[in-house]
Amino acid sequence: MIDWGAIFSNAAVELISPTTAAYALAALGLAVHFGYTGLLNFGQAGFMALGAYGYAISILTFGFPVWGAVLVGIGASVVFALILGIPTLRLRADYLAIVTIAAAEIVRLLFTTNSFASVTGSANGLSGYKLGFAALNPIPEGTYGFGPFENNAYDWWLRIVAWTAVVLIALFTWQVMRSPWGRVIKGIREDEDAVRALGKNVYAYKMQSLILGGVYGTLAGMIFALPRAVVPSNYQTSLTFFIYAILLLGGAATILGPIIGSMIFWVLLSFFSGFIARAVEAGWLPFMTNIQAGQLRFILVGVAIMLIVIFRPQGIFGNKKELAFVH
Amino acid sequence: MSTNTVPTGKPVKSVDLHIGAAEPGCKKRDPILVAEGVSRTFGGLKAVDVDHLEIPRGAITALIGPNGAGKTTLFNLLTGFDKPDTGSWTFEGKSLSGMPAYRVARMGQIRTFQLTKALSLLTVMDNMKLGAKGQIGENLFRALLPFLWRKQEEENEAKALDLLTRFKLDEKKDDYAASLSGGQRKLLEMARALMSDPTLVMLDEPMAGVNPALTQSLLDHILNLKAEGMTVLFVEHDMQMVRHIADWVVVMAEGRVVAEGDPHEVMKNQAVIDAYLGQHHDEDLGADTEHVEAIKELLDDNL
Repeated sequence: MIDWGAIFSNAAVELISPTTAAYALAALGLAVHFGYTGLLNFGQAGFMALGAYGYAISILTFGFPVWGAVLVGIGASVVFALILGIPTLRLRADYLAIVTIAAAEIVRLLFTTNSFASVTGSANGLSGYKLGFAALNPIPEGTYGFGPFENNAYDWWLRIVAWTAVVLIALFTWQVMRSPWGRVIKGIREDEDAVRALGKNVYAYKMQSLILGGVYGTLAGMIFALPRAVVPSNYQTSLTFFIYAILLLGGAATILGPIIGSMIFWVLLSFFSGFIARAVEAGWLPFMTNIQAGQLRFILVGVAIMLIVIFRPQGIFGNKKELAFVH
Repeated sequence: MSTNTVPTGKPVKSVDLHIGAAEPGCKKRDPILVAEGVSRTFGGLKAVDVDHLEIPRGAITALIGPNGAGKTTLFNLLTGFDKPDTGSWTFEGKSLSGMPAYRVARMGQIRTFQLTKALSLLTVMDNMKLGAKGQIGENLFRALLPFLWRKQEEENEAKALDLLTRFKLDEKKDDYAASLSGGQRKLLEMARALMSDPTLVMLDEPMAGVNPALTQSLLDHILNLKAEGMTVLFVEHDMQMVRHIADWVVVMAEGRVVAEGDPHEVMKNQAVIDAYLGQHHDEDLGADTEHVEAIKELLDDNL
């Protein structure tokens, strides 16, 4: 029979997992880009890859301390945003979409190519960069928590740091979006010529927005890398689309939307994957192999997201009047 | 045609604006904007080709001309929204050539658009506050410290409310601009432009698509701008409107300034009649009844 307890418990683990936090942060970055500024960044996976590799390479190749590695990652994403933004932000919005999707792939392929294998680890990626982060852990050895939320000291440390970052960045975003700066940003989303005619340097604002959301993506990439190894195949275009799915699920021009959206996305994904795997084992789906079942969860998540976009286009937290799916 | 629409206030005409004969490119006593040799081509079409143009300060100048005369293109060039092939122009004696649109606006030359650009998913109040100049909180880092900009924000809000009251939009202040009617959006766009205390207000077809009742109030508002010391340059099709409020009229056709002068005088100019009717106006004009109507109306009024 199916072990429902295990399925629900495994799903609940995802609620506060570092991966969920990383996706929430990356989605917050896209909320700044797409939801507030109207910039179509389809290269968030590239920003995340720069964060993960920037952090890992700084530590493994150059022996930087944790804070130095974090700064290297942020610096890399600022440079990346400038490279993307300088030629495209003066053009129509769709050019940024084309350039970002291509640039993120270039970044991933550069990390995959054998030419730099000694630094990037090529397709095998990098690991063994966690010691510095673990050494900062103030929590004494042991296991804490209850039920699905029982973790060892390192895993708690990682969760605390990840979710603290999410909360701080959410508060930062909330504050700037309710300031006059945020008003200009939202004005640009509505009509950049009108904002230009009011004496605002639209190009500079779009650049600031691109850098800000890109840095969120970079921090997300670092958090994403800490519970696992850095492998280039993790940073494919599909990663960007999952993050867009989370953003639209929660509400594009909201602060809570990306965070709760990420939780729902990961809990649902884990639930479906657990349920299908066990259903196949129990013989409920005789026409399916285990491998096919592994893919089915994405189909189910896709259907769930389609339903939300059709019946609640502004997302869970979005204000229907302020931001529908297409504006 | 909203022929019966007249401003409720009695317009005070500014007179004696020019030096010498009222001909294309004539000198003004006190020009606020001076353009020299401005041209712009789109492919093979010369959209704008203006040798010399001066806009008088403290007056209402209308820029008229048939469709495709290059009025909006000239507007875009003068406000930095488009780049000319040749030419230079100065605003209050300072050169504006090649200056980006946002810096033109900061210098006090604010424009509106033919197709209104109300920021639909911002509230009416946020639309207004966006118009204010020199906001401390528009810097990303200072945005984090509300105590730096809260006082300025309150001042801007008070000013916005005052303007909204004048434009009878105060009850709508918390609604999204998307919920306003076409005419109200025109009013909002004009009110928003005033938030920055401009010296020259450039209105691109402010009356287009506005119902007659609102047209009246728009005309009054334009006259008020002048009363408050601002210079107005506006593009318009409707001669009736132009005659009521404009102190000076510039007529464009096929990219060139073909006539200038007092609104009542300029309409009798042969070049203007040619421009509006086409040079073969003795012949059968076919379906172009709108311009024929317009010119008949003009002639009736003047003769």
